[in-house]
Amino acid sequence: MIELFFQYLVAGLTYGTIYAIVGIGFNIIYNTTGIINFAQGEFVMLGGMTAVSLHALLPLPLAIAGAVLVTMVIGGLIEMTFIRWLVKPSVLRMIIITIGISILVREAALHIWGEGVRSLPYFTGNEVTAINLGGVRISPQVLWALGIAAVIVIALNLFFKFTMLGREMRACASNRDAASLCGIPTRNMVTLSFVVSAGIGALAGCVVSPITQTQYGIGTGLAIKGFTVAILGGLGNSMAAVAAGFILGILESFSIWVMPTAYKDAISIAILLAMLFVRPSGLFGSREAARLKEF
Amino acid sequence: MNTLKRILSTLTAVLALFPLSVVPVQAEDTIKIGALLAETGPASFLGAPEAKTLRMLVEDLNAKGGINGRPVELIIKDTGASPEKAVSFAKQLIDEEKVFAIIGPSTSGETMQIKNIAEEGKTLLLSCAAAEVIVNPVAKYVFKVAPSDRFAAEMIFHQMKKMGITKVGVLSSNTGFGKAGKEQLEKFAGDHGIQIAVNEVYDKAATDLTAEVTKLKAANVQALINWSIEPAQAIVIKNARQIGMTVPIFQSHGFANIQYARTAGAAAEGVLFPASRLVVADALDDKHPQKQVVMDYKKAYESRFKEDVSTFGGHGYDAFMILVRALKEGGRDREKVRTSIESMKGFVGTAGTFTFSPADHNGLDISAFAMLTVKDGKFVPVDK
Repeated sequence: MIELFFQYLVAGLTYGTIYAIVGIGFNIIYNTTGIINFAQGEFVMLGGMTAVSLHALLPLPLAIAGAVLVTMVIGGLIEMTFIRWLVKPSVLRMIIITIGISILVREAALHIWGEGVRSLPYFTGNEVTAINLGGVRISPQVLWALGIAAVIVIALNLFFKFTMLGREMRACASNRDAASLCGIPTRNMVTLSFVVSAGIGALAGCVVSPITQTQYGIGTGLAIKGFTVAILGGLGNSMAAVAAGFILGILESFSIWVMPTAYKDAISIAILLAMLFVRPSGLFGSREAARLKEF
Repeated sequence: MNTLKRILSTLTAVLALFPLSVVPVQAEDTIKIGALLAETGPASFLGAPEAKTLRMLVEDLNAKGGINGRPVELIIKDTGASPEKAVSFAKQLIDEEKVFAIIGPSTSGETMQIKNIAEEGKTLLLSCAAAEVIVNPVAKYVFKVAPSDRFAAEMIFHQMKKMGITKVGVLSSNTGFGKAGKEQLEKFAGDHGIQIAVNEVYDKAATDLTAEVTKLKAANVQALINWSIEPAQAIVIKNARQIGMTVPIFQSHGFANIQYARTAGAAAEGVLFPASRLVVADALDDKHPQKQVVMDYKKAYESRFKEDVSTFGGHGYDAFMILVRALKEGGRDREKVRTSIESMKGFVGTAGTFTFSPADHNGLDISAFAMLTVKDGKFVPVDK
């Protein structure tokens, strides 16, 4: 019984890690522009797909690094093409643009890679490898994803809190005009935020690829869960997104223990809705700060 | 003025050439065949090879002069496996394009949505999907070329009996295919003395199924049956092996695409599933009646598209070839073509030997399936 409990916990951790690592990416663009980038899932997909393609020629670490770089460039180009030249775009308009971008990227990926499912090899071991902790088994890939999520969160926190560039990016989100008056090149900051979040999305895509597999259309599904945990945790806070990811993943996993599996997604949507009604600022978000935000 | 005249005369000259060169090719006498295929989306594993196969066959057929001298015009609509799209495209093909027949849809869910539309529009429908309910009860204009899921379920149970398995766990995805397969398993398990201890449905877009397989492991089942067509079926077996389930894993005939075995890698080894003989064409005995057909199709497809054949592309092949044969016999009379399919006997296709009748619009029986397994990353027949 106790073993079973931990096995479900591990399953929850696996779900949670996938959600969290995707969810983190939403926060960076939000932190600079105040918008949700609905193309974030496509960055995740692009990262995974590009890495799989590069892996045919390069060793795994280089393929992943290459995929992250390529996706960052694409992220930057997308921002420069579709968003940079807009004069004072409204939040709604920018959100709709990101939805358009997501469709565009998805279709482009379909043309480039076709509809087939690919996946990167497991970083350690293979498809059946598992680490046995007293009868509870966990795939090493989940640990890889956990570790990389932790590194990303710590790096982002340091970046946004302690570097000038990070602070400038945050200033853009708080008040773009004021930031601009202070001499912050707000447009560059927005481009930078797309580049960084594309990179994080791509890295997430590579790490989860052995678990979830990668297909041109996988971004949307991953983004919905990532978005859910970003909201659940409180937008803009990467640490909160990770915590919320685990909470959601574990809840889903235990729901399977006691209820038919089919209700799993109903549960996560119910939690999201309840959250939006009761505490729109998220579990860890500040109500005060949320009131000042445009969106 | 002079210039204008010159332009006019040139134009007339050009136009005069057109009727000679273009019209004969664009003869009004083309046979319009529609296709509703899930070329993209979650069931693209089915629709994409089907669409490729149809394009290849139509091109080859037209190069050889078409059917009795009439070229075929193929109109493929990508449904993305969405039943709603299938419905609106079906109406479009029947009412606006006035197609002679429709090949597809790729999935059972879509087919069931348009079964009545085809019937009311008196348009032949040759579905590439598997569910038994498509042809049972029989609809006059609706046929299907994929072997029924009932036979797949029975094949699995036969194999289990040989292996002494009596208690199983069933996972299926929340699609028409998954739902229909689950029903067949539930219906026939009892007849074979098999108890379904856990019976769970997961989302078709699932990205990890560790908790689902944990539930099966906790119930101490002797085997796992997964019934889906999505990439998730590769995830199921990876997760089951990762949490240390060592019991045999059975998949539906939806597993018969080598890409799944590849993405599942080491976890796919030993997975058992029923499938048509197309995927093991090379291993087939030379005397087997299907040998010639499956080898020809396999070679044509693989040299053209540089990817392995799957049974699904084979369904596209069977549907088209059956239709072509019926068109050759029935000409332009839809009723005659319909009767021609209904009375077709011993048509050797990739899925098996079809023998249709007014009561059987599928024409296949359990012999369409062979039990296969994965060995060293390849599909091989199970030895006894």
